[in-house]
Amino acid sequence: MDADALLAAVQRTVPEAVAVAAGPGRYLLVPAAAVDGLMLRLRDETELAFASLMDLTGWDLLGMPGAEPGIAVGWWLESPRHRHQVAIRVHLPREAPAVASVAALWPVAGWWEREVYDLLGVHFSGHPDLRRLLLPEDWEGHPLRKDYAYPVAYRGVAHARDGQRFAAPPAAKPKPGGA
Amino acid sequence: MGGTDPDLPDGVHLTAVDDLFAWGKEHSLFYLLFATACCGIELMQTGGPRYDVDRLGMIPRATPRQADLMIIAGTITHKMASRVRTLWEQMTEPRWVVSMGACANSGGPFSKASYSVLNGVDKVIPVDVYIPGCPPRPEALIDGVMVLRERVRRYRTLGLRDRDPQVIAGADDDFGTHPGKA
Repeated sequence: MDADALLAAVQRTVPEAVAVAAGPGRYLLVPAAAVDGLMLRLRDETELAFASLMDLTGWDLLGMPGAEPGIAVGWWLESPRHRHQVAIRVHLPREAPAVASVAALWPVAGWWEREVYDLLGVHFSGHPDLRRLLLPEDWEGHPLRKDYAYPVAYRGVAHARDGQRFAAPPAAKPKPGGA
Repeated sequence: MGGTDPDLPDGVHLTAVDDLFAWGKEHSLFYLLFATACCGIELMQTGGPRYDVDRLGMIPRATPRQADLMIIAGTITHKMASRVRTLWEQMTEPRWVVSMGACANSGGPFSKASYSVLNGVDKVIPVDVYIPGCPPRPEALIDGVMVLRERVRRYRTLGLRDRDPQVIAGADDDFGTHPGKA
């Protein structure tokens, strides 16, 4: 199935899906509310058969050229049977971002969603065990957000050395050419 | 340490008890197998056949309760810091700590840029010897151990003498005595 046919197949389920050119390929930008039904269909429909979730990650769009401030989450799917791939992406608001979990469809997503939750604060609804993966349970904030402020201390241990205090990193500057 | 008296039978040796204890401790510095980053590779190499710290009486121990020396080999994160502290508390006195490499000394390359790295293990446990390097070569680690052995030799088990001030291995001779440079 070529890229256009793939897009058409996805659009039968999610009419709002749009293909966005990115590098040599394209990704499909879909509304967050459509993720739950779309992922099940991508995995189980015979002509799609995306049996493998290759990657799941998220990133902060704050300050990125041409993007509204928000949190992006991306899924990269592969069909070993048909040897085709698709990249799905959603843009979520920075305040309380939430999207459906796919851990029930691809168990490998469990830890990836925990990582995205840990570092970006995205809530994956339906995840069986949504806890922080890398940082301690009582850590404050989500460090991969671009407006994250460094901790002054953690459990009484100062973060800075010898009285130095770490300032928050400067706000991201829009790059030239950005919107 | 001590000396022989011609009036004593053969094999009898007079010394202070503290000196005997210090001699024993100095020559059997069992170290805790604990490594968190690339310094651990150098630590393993130091224990390997080429550098062979076993010849100094340094045998790796898998539990802190049998270890005299904790070599902090690698980056310590805030999350790991409480585990480091717990391991150190489980060691029996007298216990010794060598901070190996830039990360354990001060956070090293992560000290300004990372939110999660502890900027120096001496924020959570007292350190006896700091070894600079990123990572230090096995020679540097052994050099630091020789500095520590000097410290162990001066430790008074029964006396009330405080520990010596902290020293930096490989620095100028102003920083305490060094058996190889004296």
